[in-house]
Amino acid sequence: MTAASRQPSGAASYLRQRPGGSGHALRLYLPALLTLLPALVIFCAFWLLPFSRLIVMGAEADRSSGISAYLTILTHRQYLISLANTIGISLIVSFTAVAIAGIAGFFLARHHFFGKSVLVAILTFPLAFPGVVVGFLVIMLGGRQGALAQTSLWLFGERWMFAYSLAGLFIGYLYFSIPRVITTVMAACDNLDRSLEEAARSLGANTWQVTKDVIVPGIAPALLSTGAICFATSMGAFGTAFTLGTRLSILPLNIYGEFTNYANFAMAAALSVVLGVITWLALSLASRLAGGNLGASA
Amino acid sequence: MKSRLRFTLQLSFTLLVCLFMIVPVAMSVVAGLTENYFLGLESGLTLRWVNEVWQLYADTILLSIQLALACLLITVVIGVPAAYGLLRSRRRWANAIEELLLLPVAVPGLATALALLLAYGSYREFRSSWLFILVGHVLFTLPFMVRAVLAVMQTAKLPQLEEAAASLGANFRQRFFGVVIPNSMSGILAGALMVVTLSIGEFNITWMLHTPLTKTLPVGLADSYASMRLEVGSAYTLIFLVMVVPLLVAIQWAGKLTRRH
Repeated sequence: MTAASRQPSGAASYLRQRPGGSGHALRLYLPALLTLLPALVIFCAFWLLPFSRLIVMGAEADRSSGISAYLTILTHRQYLISLANTIGISLIVSFTAVAIAGIAGFFLARHHFFGKSVLVAILTFPLAFPGVVVGFLVIMLGGRQGALAQTSLWLFGERWMFAYSLAGLFIGYLYFSIPRVITTVMAACDNLDRSLEEAARSLGANTWQVTKDVIVPGIAPALLSTGAICFATSMGAFGTAFTLGTRLSILPLNIYGEFTNYANFAMAAALSVVLGVITWLALSLASRLAGGNLGASA
Repeated sequence: MKSRLRFTLQLSFTLLVCLFMIVPVAMSVVAGLTENYFLGLESGLTLRWVNEVWQLYADTILLSIQLALACLLITVVIGVPAAYGLLRSRRRWANAIEELLLLPVAVPGLATALALLLAYGSYREFRSSWLFILVGHVLFTLPFMVRAVLAVMQTAKLPQLEEAAASLGANFRQRFFGVVIPNSMSGILAGALMVVTLSIGEFNITWMLHTPLTKTLPVGLADSYASMRLEVGSAYTLIFLVMVVPLLVAIQWAGKLTRRH
């Protein structure tokens, strides 16, 4: 949320100021290293070691197939389909969210009008809603008593619902993706060099051309980066699908099912590792593009 | 004329997106305060459901607050020194360590929780206490604290200030508490708000780690959505919003504060 402005020169110049070797520098350097120790110890004990074990565990024999769980994922249709489902919906959601929130974010960054801060607040606050709450909000929109059902009942005399289908999942993922994109796009537009647009305009480019050739390329890294964050968040989103009680085969639900319903620890571990690697890759791509912006999972 | 039209179109589109975001929240708030949602608002407004939620789920709300505060304490105690350590380390090392600390955020909560369960689940005492959930929350929120503090430390003129203090004879402890901490205050504040908000709303890790006796607010929410009537779930969501929205307002305010820094 807080886009940390990284100043790479800060730490580097700091080091250059004190030539290594002198006793003075050493005295300053050691305690500084010790300050990192508590965080690193906790991280290693409670994350690095357990997760390494998880990676090893995923190589153990799967309960039903009897071969390594990683191999089972690669060779069994149900897991491949689930993987494809999850990647597919996450990709579609990311593209849609970037398109919708890109337009709205650009508009909000460029115009000042009465009540704008209220709109920005409405669009960004849901960033902190947990996945379960988002799932419930989808039920509020598309469930049995939802907004759509009530409207269609009034207009056509029948209840229309979408909350428990693929559409419900899509709407839910879109709901938590839009705030992420809006904040990034607004920040990127603020940093855009406006003189380029003016130059293009003075050369006779119309608004469409300016948008296509100047603005979109200018904020493209931010769009890609925030898209990758949306993708990673959607891949790992558990709460929303869980609340909606979706029957769809989605990786996070599979992991939960393998663990709690079948006690198939090897498969749960292997699926978690696969999912973790995918989201980690997406997020490192995002940070490489944008230089530091945390994506919180929903 | 044409730009006026464009403005109106874009504004309408943005307003539509806003409606999409706010309508379900508003509906949920109304449902939580309505006597009978199936009959509609005519059935009258009531605090009955909020009251019922408090009767049923007060312990989850209190546990969430307790967790958030404990999590804040730990992330400050280990995160602020860690941020300083990163500032003072060689850049390549600092980047690598930051990447490492970020892993619990980059990997889905489900995976982190599973790893914790499989590694430490057999320690019954630990497994059944709220500290087990606290570990998950600390792992997940620590990077946010470290990054917020580090960002402020990088813009504050810490090297010069520390040098000045050192030349006046201040030792490491004096410099850390007398120079580093006071100059990183706005970052600590921003990080603290972030940590508390994230901890209160955390579901994916907590759902896997909770026991019937250690339910947090979001776990209770999922529980009420699945098994209670719509009004109760809505009233519970309302309580959650009342807790979280002030924090979000404060985060935005703190964000402006650090940017001005």
